Amino acid sequence: MMKEVTMKFDFSGKNVVVTGSARGIGFAIAGAYAACQATTFVLDLNQEQVNQAVEKLCNQGYKAFGYVANVTDPSSLESTFKDIIEKHQSIDVLINNAGITKDNLLLRMKSEEWQSVLSVNLNGTHFCTQQVCKYMLKQRSGVILNIASVIGMMGNAGQANYAASKGGIIAYTKACAKEFASRGIRVNAIAPGFIETEMTSRLPQEVVDNYAKAIPLARMGKPIDIANLCLFLTDEISSYITGQTIAVDGGLTMY
Amino acid sequence: MDIEAKVKQIIMDKLGVEESQIVPEANFIEDLRADSLDTVELVMAFEDEFGIQIQDEDQEKLRTVGQSIDYLKKRLAE
Repeated sequence: MMKEVTMKFDFSGKNVVVTGSARGIGFAIAGAYAACQATTFVLDLNQEQVNQAVEKLCNQGYKAFGYVANVTDPSSLESTFKDIIEKHQSIDVLINNAGITKDNLLLRMKSEEWQSVLSVNLNGTHFCTQQVCKYMLKQRSGVILNIASVIGMMGNAGQANYAASKGGIIAYTKACAKEFASRGIRVNAIAPGFIETEMTSRLPQEVVDNYAKAIPLARMGKPIDIANLCLFLTDEISSYITGQTIAVDGGLTMY
Repeated sequence: MDIEAKVKQIIMDKLGVEESQIVPEANFIEDLRADSLDTVELVMAFEDEFGIQIQDEDQEKLRTVGQSIDYLKKRLAE
């Protein structure tokens, strides 16, 4: 099914960077671009996991490169993106996907739990965007896609930190879209609903069952559902769409 | 190439204007139709070309071609 959809897009000659892409939704996104002939850059924290992800992609005959990078560290990002530009000349697509959760009820939330989620999810999105937009502005082209969450739209008990970071990403997306529009750079966000990943596998079954009841399509989504929208939103066929947040959530959020 | 010629070249490239328009009194925004993002990009291009850092408070003073050339000459003479 994944092939059927992704084969319709042609990203050959395009350099696509996906942060947090050694595992989970990020890896599915990286895989989808690689399958569409993109040169795909896997950025993640852990060297071993980055290597494994790149190896999986290369074994399928795809073009992929790995970088160990920490999205909360601007200087690590500066050298990473500089190296990509030096070796590959352009960055055509940036997917800000790196994200974490540290759930706790507000009363019990430790300062570290608050800070680290905001730091990775929101600051990380900004630091990567800030580095990459330098090159995209020069190129007068590029597409940035931020992975938000339906939690950033509707909130969730026990996830105040995550909700704030993802809501922040949605607002950030709009500001960037306005700032870069005149230079031909589009910025959009995707808000995944409940997607089957390691992150959601940690949720108690009761919570999952309750959410499934609230989803009109009555099931969880798959990482490829997110990847497919990424392909669409970064292809030229969506050239009139910018500043938007699109939910991929089985109908969970409808306003 | 001297500083003045390099600056003029950068302005031509970034703003897509003719060399004849790049006179010392030309204001980037009013005369050369730059927007705020263009002016930031210009400063970043100066930084790259001349290998210097230009502080925010200095950036605000670089409103015309002449101001930019004078500023860069002064900085590079330091």
